Amino acid sequence: MSQTAIRIWSGVHTWTSLVCTLFLLMLCVTGLPIIFHDEFEAALNPSVFEPGNPQGPMLDLDQILERSLDNRPGEVPLFMSFDIDRPVVNVTTGPTPDAPGGAMWFERFDQTDGSIVPAPVDAGGVMDFLVQLHTDMFLGLSGKLFLGAMGVSFLLAIVSGVVLYAPFMRKHRFGVLRLDRSLRTRMLDYHNLLGVVTLAWVMVVGGTGVINTLDDVIYGYWRDAALSDLIAEYPDRPVPTPQEMASLDLAVNAAIAAAPDMRLQFVAFPGGTFSTDFHYAIFLHGDTPVTEHLIAPVLVDAVTGEVAGLRQMPWYTKALALSQPLHFGDYAGLPLKLLWAALDILAIIVLVSGLYLWAVRKGYLKFAQRTEVPA
Amino acid sequence: MSDLMRVFGWPALIFALSLGGLVLALLGDGVWDAIGWAGLSSPALAVLWARFRRA
Repeated sequence: MSQTAIRIWSGVHTWTSLVCTLFLLMLCVTGLPIIFHDEFEAALNPSVFEPGNPQGPMLDLDQILERSLDNRPGEVPLFMSFDIDRPVVNVTTGPTPDAPGGAMWFERFDQTDGSIVPAPVDAGGVMDFLVQLHTDMFLGLSGKLFLGAMGVSFLLAIVSGVVLYAPFMRKHRFGVLRLDRSLRTRMLDYHNLLGVVTLAWVMVVGGTGVINTLDDVIYGYWRDAALSDLIAEYPDRPVPTPQEMASLDLAVNAAIAAAPDMRLQFVAFPGGTFSTDFHYAIFLHGDTPVTEHLIAPVLVDAVTGEVAGLRQMPWYTKALALSQPLHFGDYAGLPLKLLWAALDILAIIVLVSGLYLWAVRKGYLKFAQRTEVPA
Repeated sequence: MSDLMRVFGWPALIFALSLGGLVLALLGDGVWDAIGWAGLSSPALAVLWARFRRA
């Protein structure tokens, strides 16, 4: 590689890194505890859920829905989801069918007696705070998209870093760590080694993180593009009110019957991002390790109860659906989470050492000798 | 051995092992998860080897 090429790539690496480093540090630091959020929640909530009326018949979904609306007068249902390991139904309500996340209300109901199940303890909301900071820095869609842009800058920094790894390593063997040399040299060696061995992981977690920042955009596009034929049938109908809606229980049972190899995941009510203005979108997922991440809705007319059929999802929402586990690292037990944490810590070291090397080169750290041209 | 192979041989192998591990663990449960753990532990093992090998 010519000296000019090295200088150009070095400039790209420096600037793309400087743009994103502080945000990436925030993401890596907040991401570390988030990896274990299920374990934290289980540790903070040792008591096991006891159904209120274990012998009795389960309430149907219409009864649960009625309970939730009595509990939140004047609100409309947005989502309903189902716990896997206990008879608990979760209902999200809001002031309007298209209410933003901050205005939504999430409540858990015991399906055996309709009582409210207390929310799990979250140590003063620490985990919620970290997740919100990690997702959009409390800035909504613009915060999300901003972090997505930081992720793109990070990916460019990674690619340019790999290009610069070649001239740096021409004189060294793989894994060189000159531990008897200056702090700057040791930082440089660690930066290069840790950077190159974590390459696949940071590209996957960074790339899927960028895709995840586009979730609102992707589902919004899907809704407008893939469900437009269903909307066209009803040019002038308003979003039905809860009183006008057909039986949810019958709709869900019809959806399950329409997709025998799939399992119920959640219901999106009319007027939100995940459905049309006139349908229940009853989302089901597959029952194999890969397809359990892939959801597809059965659309049911929310007034007449007529089943419009199962809609397969397009490639872009499937890509989004698979980006979530690949970002969270929650698909292969605790060992994978521990590896996720280890790789996250290595990535933090790469970020900090990179920042250090830049500061030394700029002369901001006078005590460190400038002896070599950093890669 | 070409320069490129010498510089990128080990990194490419670790890249393939980690990426393979990431994907295989997603494709199945049980033994697939274990293959995933093994593949994805290669970066940390490489760092430990580089740090603690005899010079």
